[in-house]
Amino acid sequence: MKTKKARILEIEPLTRVEGHGKVTVHLDENNEVTEARLHIVEFRGFERFIQGRLLWEVPVIVQRLCGICPVSHHLAAAKAMDMIVGVDQLTPTAEKMRRLMHYGQVMQSNVLHFFHLCSPDLLFGFSAPAKKRNIFSIIKEFPDLAKKGVLMRKYGQEVILHTAGKKIHGNSAVPGGINKNLQLTERDALLKDIDQMIAWSQEAVDISKNYTMEHLGLVEGFGNFKSNHMSLVREDGALDLYDGGLRAVDANGNLIFDHMDYRNFDQFIMEEVKPWSYMKFPFIKSRGNLDGWYRVGPLARMNTISFIDTPLANARHAEFREFSKHKPANMTLAYHWARMIEVLHCVEKIKELLHDPDLQGSDLMLKGERREEGIAVIEAPRGSLFHHYKVNENDQVTYCNLIVSTTHNNTAMNLAVTDVAKKYISGKSRISEAMLNHIEVAVRAYDPCLSCATHALGQMPLVVELFDANNNLIDTGSQFVSK
Amino acid sequence: MSANNQLRTLIIGYGNPGRQDDGLGPEFIKQIEHIESEHLHLQSNYQLTVEDAYDAQEYDQLIFVDASIDACLNVGLKTEKPFLFEQIENIDDSGLGSHSLSPNGVIRLCETLYGSSPKAFVLGILGYEFDQFEECLSAQANTNLQAALTFLQNWLTSQTYA
Repeated sequence: MKTKKARILEIEPLTRVEGHGKVTVHLDENNEVTEARLHIVEFRGFERFIQGRLLWEVPVIVQRLCGICPVSHHLAAAKAMDMIVGVDQLTPTAEKMRRLMHYGQVMQSNVLHFFHLCSPDLLFGFSAPAKKRNIFSIIKEFPDLAKKGVLMRKYGQEVILHTAGKKIHGNSAVPGGINKNLQLTERDALLKDIDQMIAWSQEAVDISKNYTMEHLGLVEGFGNFKSNHMSLVREDGALDLYDGGLRAVDANGNLIFDHMDYRNFDQFIMEEVKPWSYMKFPFIKSRGNLDGWYRVGPLARMNTISFIDTPLANARHAEFREFSKHKPANMTLAYHWARMIEVLHCVEKIKELLHDPDLQGSDLMLKGERREEGIAVIEAPRGSLFHHYKVNENDQVTYCNLIVSTTHNNTAMNLAVTDVAKKYISGKSRISEAMLNHIEVAVRAYDPCLSCATHALGQMPLVVELFDANNNLIDTGSQFVSK
Repeated sequence: MSANNQLRTLIIGYGNPGRQDDGLGPEFIKQIEHIESEHLHLQSNYQLTVEDAYDAQEYDQLIFVDASIDACLNVGLKTEKPFLFEQIENIDDSGLGSHSLSPNGVIRLCETLYGSSPKAFVLGILGYEFDQFEECLSAQANTNLQAALTFLQNWLTSQTYA
């Protein structure tokens, strides 16, 4: 008797997701999706690369890890090295310069993600032809939106340039402080456009909020699943992207832990290994590996925090919480709305800091009692970023462990992909371009950073390979045309 | 074109210097920095991004310098040429990566958003090693880099006056 065989569909790599990831969709004999898996090569090689390096050079070297968020790694490493050089509290100038840099980084990253990567999906629909679903179609049909996206992104990069010292391989954050302040000319250059940035940020919040409201059926049925959420919060519970204690809430908003000292993170976070993935699966120790996984990033932050300390973003956060009935929002697509609230917050904080005379201060560095271990967490654009180092008496790194936000979101992204695959691929004998894009939309909402891959010319953006039950390649295709 | 007929030229070298030969683009910029000209501007970055299109509108010509795994990719040949240098056209290329653009994407974005169409060239330098975190070029990639530097400096000289 002729029997149907199970199939595996591979999508490799994902378009508009940095680096190389692969999704395998596992079908049973009736073409029903049983599971979907997101495969990402993790950065373990980098941790070995850091070993033996001098602690002073680590904040610069770690920027090699990622071309997408080098500033986040720069700041996380500098914070960890602060601990090693015995500095628990920076000078006001140093901390405010670092914060300004960080707000510029989060702003420009979130802006780019929303305006140029997600807006084609949101404005043209997930099923629109691939040739239309790109930034050039956005420019054609929404030129003002596209221009605002470019100029907002450019503004964030200018903030980074003036605070980090250079656009690439910034070196201003050093163990124990900062090596530059903000000159008045730099301040004035940034102040010139700040009100425009605030106005455009508010428009961006409106677009993302309205999309959610107007497509509620889609949003509620697309990668919507209960989860825990985790982020840093300030001592009073406010959103704090640079420092604070860790807070985790469950799907109903109940506290799992609060104001946890991240220097003890290994006492409440564990990492699970699965045989099919190079990337680990972190979970909250007290909840176990099955129930303890969590989400990080903009959505998680909107769910964990009590309020935002800037007025415009705080009002938008209140709207968001009203929408989610004061419970955690668990909809994957709500990441976009949350991301734009954070952009507004960052721009408000940038304005606040630019008016702060501490940025022109000259007290930049401190020293303290030397320690052997340094641990830091910051809230990077995609979520909590952990850096953990040990150094020897010669100032050489002997141990390095990084938990990046993409790793924290590993289980959530796999569940989102599975949820969407079950809804849009199950029962189909062929995989259409629109179905593939639905999967990518689910992954893209988390804005995963897979930038360990290099970007040399000549690599194809997307290959789809279909294998039969015996792993024979029976079909292959490309997601979009180029070259 | 500038007042004295010199072409305003922007060279962008991009790639990750921490990933072996992927750092060919930034290293190219470092080694060409000694050229002093008010009409020549140099930039390094990890990758091309949307704001490069904004900057590009100010120039007559752009040169994108990147590592290439196939220095003859556009003609589909697999030869061991040390580098590829060719003009790129404003073709339909929707290849916006997560946070990066292709050279085609930059010039297309520049024209679509700002109505500016600088001439654009890609200088793809053949690299070999990309998979490890290491801040040095392979010996052969370095040889290719020197060949590309010599070529481009001569080319710039010939291009200086219209």
